[in-house]
Amino acid sequence: MPVIFIDNISYNVKAGKNLLEASLALGLDLPYFCWHPALGSVGACRQCAVKVFKDENDPQGRLVMSCMEEVKEGLRFSINDKTATAFREQVIEWLMTNHPHDCPVCDEGGSCHLQDMTVMTGHDYRRYRFKKRTYRNQYLGPLVHHEMNRCIQCYRCVRYYRDYAGGKDLDVFAAHNHVYFGRESDGVLESPFSGNLAEVCPTGVFTDKTLKEHYTRKWDLTMAPSVCQHCSVGCNTIAGERYGSLRCIQNRYNSEVNGYFLCDRGRYGYEFVNSENRVTKPLLRNRPIEAVSEQELNNHLQVTLSTGSLIGIGSPRASMESNFALRQLVGVDNFYQGISEDEAYLLRKIIGVLSSGTVHSASLKEIEQADAVLILGEDIWNTAPRMALSVLQTVRKMAAADATLQLKLPQWNDAAIKEFVQQEKGFLCNITLLNSPLDEVAASTLRMAPDDMARLGFAIVNQMDASQPAVDNPDDNLLYHAKSIAAVLQEAKRPVIISGVSVCNEGVINAAYNLAAFLTSSGKSAGLCYVVPECNSMGLAMMQAPSFDKAVRRIEETTDTTVILIENDLYRSIPSEEVEYFFKRCKNLIVLDSLFHRTTEKAQALIPVASFAEGDGTIVNYEGRAQRFYQVFMPSNPLIKETWRWLKELSLLRLQKSNGHNLHPDQLLAELETALPQFSGINQTAPAHNFSIHGERIPREPHRYSGRTAMLANQHVSEPKPLQDDDSPLSFTMEGYKGIPPSSAVPFFWAPGWNSVQAVTRYQEEPGGSLKGGDPGIKLFDLNGKQPTYFKEPPEAFHTRQEKWLLLPHYHVLGSGELSSYTRALQELSPAPYAILSANDAKRLALAGGANIRLSVAGKNYTLPVQLKKELPDGILLVTAGLLGADSMNWNSWIKVEKV
Amino acid sequence: MERPLTQHIDLRRPAFTLKEYEQAGGYAALKKAVKELTPKEVQQVVQDSNLKGRGGAGFNTGLKWSFVPMGDEARHPKYLIANADEMEPGTFKDRLLLEGNPHQLIEGMIIAAYAIQADISYIFLRWAYKKAAHLIRKALAEAYEAGYLGENILGSGWGLQMHLHTGVGRYMCGEETALLNALEGKRATPRSKPPFPQVSGLFGKPTVVNNVETFCCIPHIVSNGAEWFKGLSKSEDGGTKIYGVSGKVKRPGAWELPMGITMRELLEEHAGGMANGYQLRGVLPGGASTDFLTTEHMDIKLDFKSVAAAGSRLGTGTMIVMDDATCPVGFVHNLQHFFAQESCGWCTPCREGLPWVEKILLSIEKGEGREEDLDILSLHTKMLGPGNTYCALATGAMEPLQSALKYFREDFERHIHEKSCPWNGHEHR
Amino acid sequence: MLTQEEINAIDHEVKLLPHKKAAVIEALKIVQKERGWVSDASISEVAEYLDMSPAEVDSVATFYNLIFRKQVGRHVILLCDSISCYVMKYQEIYVALQQKLQIQFGETTTDQRFTLLPNACLGCCDHAPALMIDDDLYTDVTIEQLDELLKKYS
Ligand SMILES: Cc1cc2nc3c(=O)[nH]c(=O)nc-3n(C[C@H](O)[C@H](O)[C@H](O)COP(=O)(O)O)c2cc1C
Ligand code: SF4
Ligand code: FES
Repeated sequence: MPVIFIDNISYNVKAGKNLLEASLALGLDLPYFCWHPALGSVGACRQCAVKVFKDENDPQGRLVMSCMEEVKEGLRFSINDKTATAFREQVIEWLMTNHPHDCPVCDEGGSCHLQDMTVMTGHDYRRYRFKKRTYRNQYLGPLVHHEMNRCIQCYRCVRYYRDYAGGKDLDVFAAHNHVYFGRESDGVLESPFSGNLAEVCPTGVFTDKTLKEHYTRKWDLTMAPSVCQHCSVGCNTIAGERYGSLRCIQNRYNSEVNGYFLCDRGRYGYEFVNSENRVTKPLLRNRPIEAVSEQELNNHLQVTLSTGSLIGIGSPRASMESNFALRQLVGVDNFYQGISEDEAYLLRKIIGVLSSGTVHSASLKEIEQADAVLILGEDIWNTAPRMALSVLQTVRKMAAADATLQLKLPQWNDAAIKEFVQQEKGFLCNITLLNSPLDEVAASTLRMAPDDMARLGFAIVNQMDASQPAVDNPDDNLLYHAKSIAAVLQEAKRPVIISGVSVCNEGVINAAYNLAAFLTSSGKSAGLCYVVPECNSMGLAMMQAPSFDKAVRRIEETTDTTVILIENDLYRSIPSEEVEYFFKRCKNLIVLDSLFHRTTEKAQALIPVASFAEGDGTIVNYEGRAQRFYQVFMPSNPLIKETWRWLKELSLLRLQKSNGHNLHPDQLLAELETALPQFSGINQTAPAHNFSIHGERIPREPHRYSGRTAMLANQHVSEPKPLQDDDSPLSFTMEGYKGIPPSSAVPFFWAPGWNSVQAVTRYQEEPGGSLKGGDPGIKLFDLNGKQPTYFKEPPEAFHTRQEKWLLLPHYHVLGSGELSSYTRALQELSPAPYAILSANDAKRLALAGGANIRLSVAGKNYTLPVQLKKELPDGILLVTAGLLGADSMNWNSWIKVEKV
Repeated sequence: MERPLTQHIDLRRPAFTLKEYEQAGGYAALKKAVKELTPKEVQQVVQDSNLKGRGGAGFNTGLKWSFVPMGDEARHPKYLIANADEMEPGTFKDRLLLEGNPHQLIEGMIIAAYAIQADISYIFLRWAYKKAAHLIRKALAEAYEAGYLGENILGSGWGLQMHLHTGVGRYMCGEETALLNALEGKRATPRSKPPFPQVSGLFGKPTVVNNVETFCCIPHIVSNGAEWFKGLSKSEDGGTKIYGVSGKVKRPGAWELPMGITMRELLEEHAGGMANGYQLRGVLPGGASTDFLTTEHMDIKLDFKSVAAAGSRLGTGTMIVMDDATCPVGFVHNLQHFFAQESCGWCTPCREGLPWVEKILLSIEKGEGREEDLDILSLHTKMLGPGNTYCALATGAMEPLQSALKYFREDFERHIHEKSCPWNGHEHR
Repeated sequence: MLTQEEINAIDHEVKLLPHKKAAVIEALKIVQKERGWVSDASISEVAEYLDMSPAEVDSVATFYNLIFRKQVGRHVILLCDSISCYVMKYQEIYVALQQKLQIQFGETTTDQRFTLLPNACLGCCDHAPALMIDDDLYTDVTIEQLDELLKKYS
């Protein structure tokens, strides 16, 4: 560790860092704009200037940009030097010559990096006496608002959007002090990662448009650490509420998972919490007045629950606590996962291999550090978007590795690395059904049918080790690709294999495992990722309950079964014919959910439950990382409770006991650990409910929170007592512990002088590094050095069939997520249902693009417009899946298609 | 007096064809270099000749080349680029060389390319030089035809491609790293250094950029040796220099003269002194981004070191004369307008500072200036100083301003006090 | 749609470069030469041909002052407004041109004949003031010559 001197004080710092990073890591205040820990340095804004001295006898020194200078043993520099501070103040004065003085009405006001830096440099009085430059703003779609006059030309937006996220439709235009950041013309931003602009932009040019619609100052939010509910990646978020409505989702840094960025589904998919579609009262069907009181509900349930048999249907989007509480209520033998047998089967395999200890499941950070990535089948751009953003970084970093080696360029020197790297890419092999935006950075892209993907996977392993199973009748093409991919993987030290269930193919799952297991056993630190459908699919599957199909078989045998179904719209994952059949067979259907949907319509008793924002829970992401989300606000409606809490109450009803004890998530998780040892450790994901620091709880409200005594003055004259949260160490006040809380319980980022999200640096070991105390999440799978058991049987090659097509789902990053699809802004961007055929097949059917086709699935007819894709392998029909109100189809079955 | 660079230049007749150029001894240096010298030896003779880059910064050319990685390990293709962007206001020396004798440039470039073992070379020519573009195209075709370009040049086994690239405006394209971006089809913003272009330049590959005049010296150095080249000069910098004078002098023009002649010789002998009725007030000795010199500097030597010692820079060696009928404030405003306009918009000080400076100067010129404006102007000359901005554009822009504030301060003050321009000549914008 | 000639010319440039995108400035020059200026539609066409987005192309196009993103007249007058021409009173030429053409810098005559633009140093400072009309350079320009000069361009 080099020793450096900052203002004549010696510090040990990490080698390879730049002076700005080193200063920030030491907790020193040094302003900056164009640098960003995830984007690196370019030295454009000149805000981070410091004075470097040759040695202690050099009185003169030299002004340098701290973000562009590497730490060296013995290096001396000054932050407080007069010329340096004057220059930094001057930079702000320059930026302010054109910046509007609209802080009072600016969305960013109070959480603005520019404001912070202005105060930090001490610039206060204006000397510029000429007119300001003005720009026209653009319409950028329903998610991001544009206010160009506030721009300080730090170039971060384009560096993020274009260079980091691979977007093509945002750029910088014109020159000198007319530079303009936006689109070529008005229009919706195309990148599904556009929302990050609001956090990347240091001022109010790009802001969250959905927040704007129910705006509140960020310091006025009640906030809690949360976990995204919209796919299996499990990004960490901060959710903020005021006046009982959820106002926005912001990124919560976790270096292992999402780092600094979210996808738009995750950022904007929150509005369902505030939607009209919420279940707010218990309903008992077929009564003159269906909405009932809690007492009436209890009376009803007491009867229902005490007669006949009881089964429970869990949910891949409900928390561990809720699923487990259901299992406890109905009993182990009566608990079913609310998913199809096909899906459950694949998930069982995945759980099997991940818990075998023979492969390592990779975090996003590990994906980003890989030196070769093979994607086998999964369309991660649409099913695990944040993972796709990571893969973009992997490829970039791989290419940059050369520059850092050959030119000894530090990794943060983004500008220089880019110029060296040019169009070079690292190794990404993207094997999918359709073209994907990832192809652009892929060294090799292959479009094949799922069986052939599996065969290729097997063949690659066979190429690396001939004793591994070979595929039957491989064609030259397959062998060629197997050979060339094998060659790269063999060279790699940290290869990552990504696969998943969205192609509905067992062989693909097997092949991905064989690849990862083989690479691991040949001494590489290989990683394996299986993308699964929902935010807690992995956790639910780990409970090893039978699938929904088994529940159907079970209910066929009985006539007096009451079904309790939690947070699950079965129509989305099970063909409607089967769902209806099931509902007909059950005697009573009790549904607990937060939103109305087709399944809740069938409930005899419908119980309103908390959304993620109104309750606590734990979910397990694709890598087996258990993470806690906290209640953001207590709903004013006391009937809205967490599913697990309701279920506990139901069990008391059933046992005819009165409320015996107060229940906390920790207790449930402790019981879960005992009942199911595969979850051991899960209770460590978050501090216990009674955790405190020096007797103080962690405030959900920043100490700048305003209006506490006045915000409800129209309702009560006296200030209401703060709400009590007994389930977690977080309090609903602004008082409490002011230091840095445990990393899993950080409700917001703030540090003195740092009111914007940039304050996160103060919570990290070093800029861009892990959070102090380690990143949140407990991994439930671990490598244990066991020998792998390989899958032996590669599938046969895929053959097209006469007049029939293999039906597979096609997902959309914005549109396919269940909860997020109840959000207006995302609905606007979601496509209408359609089907995709290969161009060849379309010709066979004499179809033109846009023509309608009819298909009949599980007794139901669908008419869909068809799109033609050249790249899609023949014999496959893709249909959009997961869109609002869309039926589940018999995925992976062969069906007929007719021209309409 | 020897005038190696311009001896065959006569703008009244067409530029030399390849044949004429060869007859006058052209391409002999190339033959000598390729057949008798190793690349390192060529680098060495150029370094020994003390040829300093004629693009304005005055860095030893041979030394610059020596940073290019050589040998089998080196990454290819390597690039060599002639900077023929010449957009520095008041500069018109490269045009003379380009229109007068394009083969000389091409030969110099081929030798330089040989010295660094480049594979591909470009002439980055500014858009406005239509005639030069035409002549270069023709000369390139001839050189290819004669086997001086292409594969296996003169049987050496080494080959070189050379292309002409014409720009689409922007002064920034002359800055060598911004030029690389322009050649890559990007916005001409500068690049960070290090890494230097010699290591990671065009398309990330080793690259050397030199000025046209620099290249034109090369054949002569290789033919006649380092000592001869140094002997041409009246100072420690080697060779001759194309000096030029514009403004209200009797005979504006450009001349090749020994490096290190005095300003007096240049202005009085070659430019014929001031035009009738005008007095000299100041000169920018080497283009728009150099500090003013005044009558007190008439006897300084025009070489890199002496001009620097007098508080300015030799720059491009083409001087702009400011006479007594020209308002210094208007003059400086004109320059700052140019620089603000040509700022690429990448770094804050230049992008935001120059327009402020320009606005202040215009308001002073219009008689709307205020006392404190002069402080803000001085402040900018410091704040936009070397190292504070990303590239040298803004720093260069401050040179005429800071020296104007020094030498012509009363003129600025008169504008402010009298609330009008004593020359009454502000620009019609 | 790019014309076949434009495509051929662009292809030629692409061949000389390590990747397609690098030819974008050349492509814009080619299109401008054929069409006089670069319209939004031209931007999209170039983008499509070079596998770029319109934003990427326009980002480059709008940086360079001699790529015309607005329609210009049949002839473009570039009047040098840099320092040597300033000393030699280009302003008087400008005033004269304003009067003759009834346009200011940045404007086009109503008959679409001329567009008048200021231009940084034309590199003939020893013969200031200077101006260019299309590809033709005029030096030591006097007000008296202007009518004669302009007459050549219809
Ligand atoms: C804003 C700016 C514009 C420049 N324009 C030119 C130019 O037009 N021609 C030129 O040769 N050098 C120009 N230079 C200098 C080049 O960056 C570079 O130093 C030069 O081409 C190197 O050649 P030399 O070593 O032969 O002098 C410019 C520099 C700056 C900062
Ligand atoms: S000084 Fe800065 S803004 Fe100005 S031209 Fe150089 S890099 Fe661009
Ligand atoms: S943060 Fe260092 S120059 Fe912008």
